[in-house]
Amino acid sequence: MGRAILLNGIEIPGIRNFTTYRSHGGYSAVEKALREMTPAQVAAEVTRSGLRGRGGAGFPTGLKWSFLDKKSDKPRYLICNADESEPGTFKDRFLMEHLPHRLIEGLIIASYALGVKTCYIYIRGEFKYLVGILEKAIGEAHRYGFVGENIAQTPFSLEIYVHPGAGAYICGEETALLESLEGKRGNPRIKPPFPAFKGLYGCPTVVNNVETIATVGPIITMGGEAYAAIGKGKSTGTKLISACGNIKKPGVYEIELGLPVEEFIFGEEYCGGIAGNKSLKAVIPGGSSVPILPADLILNTASGTPRLMSYESLAEGEFTSGSMLGSGGFIVLNEEACIVRNTWNLTRFYHHESCGQCSPCREGTGWMEKILYRLEHGEGKMSDIDLLERISKNIEGNTICPLGDAAAWPVASAIRHFRDEFEAHVREGKTFHATVGKETTN
Amino acid sequence: MIRLTIDNIAVTVEEGTTILQAARKIGGKVVPPAMCYYSKLKGSGGKCRTCLVKVVQSSAKDPRPMPKLVASCSTPAQDGMVVQNITSPEVVEARKGIVEFLLLNHPLDCPVCDQAGECDLQDLSYGHGTEITATEEYRREFPVTDIGDLIQLHMNRCILCYRCVYTAEQLTDQRVHGVLYRGDTAEIGTFIAQNIDNDFSGNMIDVCPVGALTDKTFRFKSRVWFLRPMDAYRDCRVCKGKAVIWMAGDEIYRVTARKDRFGEVEDFICNECRFDHKHPEDWVVEGPRSIKRESVISANHYLQKEDPGVIDPIKGTIT
Ligand SMILES: Cc1cc2nc3c(=O)[nH]c(=O)nc-3n(C[C@H](O)[C@H](O)[C@H](O)COP(=O)(O)O)c2cc1C
Ligand code: SF4
Ligand code: SF4
Ligand code: FES
Repeated sequence: MGRAILLNGIEIPGIRNFTTYRSHGGYSAVEKALREMTPAQVAAEVTRSGLRGRGGAGFPTGLKWSFLDKKSDKPRYLICNADESEPGTFKDRFLMEHLPHRLIEGLIIASYALGVKTCYIYIRGEFKYLVGILEKAIGEAHRYGFVGENIAQTPFSLEIYVHPGAGAYICGEETALLESLEGKRGNPRIKPPFPAFKGLYGCPTVVNNVETIATVGPIITMGGEAYAAIGKGKSTGTKLISACGNIKKPGVYEIELGLPVEEFIFGEEYCGGIAGNKSLKAVIPGGSSVPILPADLILNTASGTPRLMSYESLAEGEFTSGSMLGSGGFIVLNEEACIVRNTWNLTRFYHHESCGQCSPCREGTGWMEKILYRLEHGEGKMSDIDLLERISKNIEGNTICPLGDAAAWPVASAIRHFRDEFEAHVREGKTFHATVGKETTN
Repeated sequence: MIRLTIDNIAVTVEEGTTILQAARKIGGKVVPPAMCYYSKLKGSGGKCRTCLVKVVQSSAKDPRPMPKLVASCSTPAQDGMVVQNITSPEVVEARKGIVEFLLLNHPLDCPVCDQAGECDLQDLSYGHGTEITATEEYRREFPVTDIGDLIQLHMNRCILCYRCVYTAEQLTDQRVHGVLYRGDTAEIGTFIAQNIDNDFSGNMIDVCPVGALTDKTFRFKSRVWFLRPMDAYRDCRVCKGKAVIWMAGDEIYRVTARKDRFGEVEDFICNECRFDHKHPEDWVVEGPRSIKRESVISANHYLQKEDPGVIDPIKGTIT
């Protein structure tokens, strides 16, 4: 069964407006936290909930908050990462568009827990239409006393600003984001120091994903323990999954973590099966950066147990036979999809988005793209396949930020699981569809 | 003080020292190559990835290895840390890969490049790369641009180490963008151009590890290995006036700053010393500059029998 925690109330007309949101219990979590709990108690509830970062890495949120430099007398900042630019991931924008107040509520509570007085929502440049929605919502919250001085008649004060980026994927990486927010070129920083010690303007800073922050309100309402009871193992709670590709019902779904992948793909409540009654070929389960898995390995792990939608289960088998939950961008490919073309397309993206700061990523992404272009256009050689593998290996783990890994993994995993298709491209010398065996016109 | 080992050699350094600096304290082959880090430029390092090393033990307190290779120039050493550089096959392999990346779009126009013979990229690929190139793709191309009348930018040769950007940043407090665009289309931008007025802008030529920024007054005049580098000084109001004059016969072909054994400028020199004083009578000569034995600048001069370390290019004696 689907479970609405984050998206609770989304069907209510006008829920985007403060008054409607408020009349359906909105901002009561803020009142509860600010009036009845200490900041430490709020943070402890979040730790107890087992909430993990929804931006891709899945780092425990409570633990991240605990790293914040407590000795520093500088101001602290909370940054909401709304740069969502990973191909296949479109959950944050859905949440912000329909339930902006859920995010603002989370920002207030998280800021209270962290001792933050200024908070920024760094939003992807292309999401211009959302800037207005968010600013309107913040304005309403101001008017009703939930943002600004003495929130909910308590001594706590907070300002929230929306800052649009200029459309660079790399500015979603937390330290590039901070550079960009400071008005500089969006190059990821060399770590250490980590943002918890030297973040925005050299001050202690927490960067969290939109979905992570939006979950804080419901956690306070239901209690950390109750939240932790949802889900499976260390994958507690619910997660937004943006499903796309060759499925009958693409869209954003809120699932209880631990849902079997098979049910998610084929269940009527979710993706509704493969479009056009074709068969399932492969899935990229966590946004374009994570390894692709062929149908058999996405439905069942290598040891034969059903694969679940959870951090642990999707990672089972590591990179030999597993993948990652990542940001929850679930891309489904049917039998007609061309893996080489798909890989080329993804590599094109990473090549385009590399900041160019470190040599493996700057040079390697372009090199892989050129080779994949040749392979896809019938000019490849057998040795190119090994060369691609070698390049991806030389990038992986050797870069400043994880974009290098993100560029390497799709290539390495596509070759790992679909080498025959790459070889077929070389042999046929033309754009080739592995299963249907026909030429494409593009 | 903290104690660590690099390639099984123990060294004691102050807290906060990076692995690279600790290795430099040991010297010799355990020093990882550094194409972007520059101890005199705040914020530099971390970018080229040639200095990657393996940390097999993080510290005395935490004996776990670090999961990935780390950039030695920007990773602080810890007490009890165990580091592998050339003793790790993984590092040697990764470094080969990095050299390959750095050369991927490099035009390899050494025959017409003024930097040839004193180029860190040449040395790097000779010392750490492979003999062949695996790429057959087109290389990216940029037009050659003048940065004022004294410096020329060959963006094709640039390895985006950002050293010139940090140099310019230190010369002025005005922040203008040093690098434009991104990925492999990134290029050195307006920032540098706007710094041509600065008395010290010429130092960007010296910090550039490759032939991307070259001295226009020296363009195509001579191969560096045909010249005699001499330590010399002059009474200068702007800088310390300690420089190297590069001579052929009685003529000064160019003036540069003095570089230490890690290829870093000892003291930045001003543009007046660099560009305006090319007469031997402008300078008091201290004596021949010591050149590393490995350098081609020492070729054709007499060589030492046993490992001489550094030789005097003129007399062939150890210094
Ligand atoms: C290239 C790159 C792009 C990223 N883009 C985003 C993004 O758009 N949104 C996001 O929340 N996190 C993104 N991240 C992850 C952030 O660096 C960071 O881990 C995250 O915002 C932390 O929030 P969380 O702990 O709540 O997940 C990106 C990371 C990388 C390396
Ligand atoms: S890995 Fe890529 S995006 Fe990240 S810092 Fe290096 S060049 Fe920039
Ligand atoms: S021009 Fe030279 S110093 Fe500047 S970034 Fe390029 S290689 Fe480095
Ligand atoms: S010298 Fe360390 S990364 Fe360049």
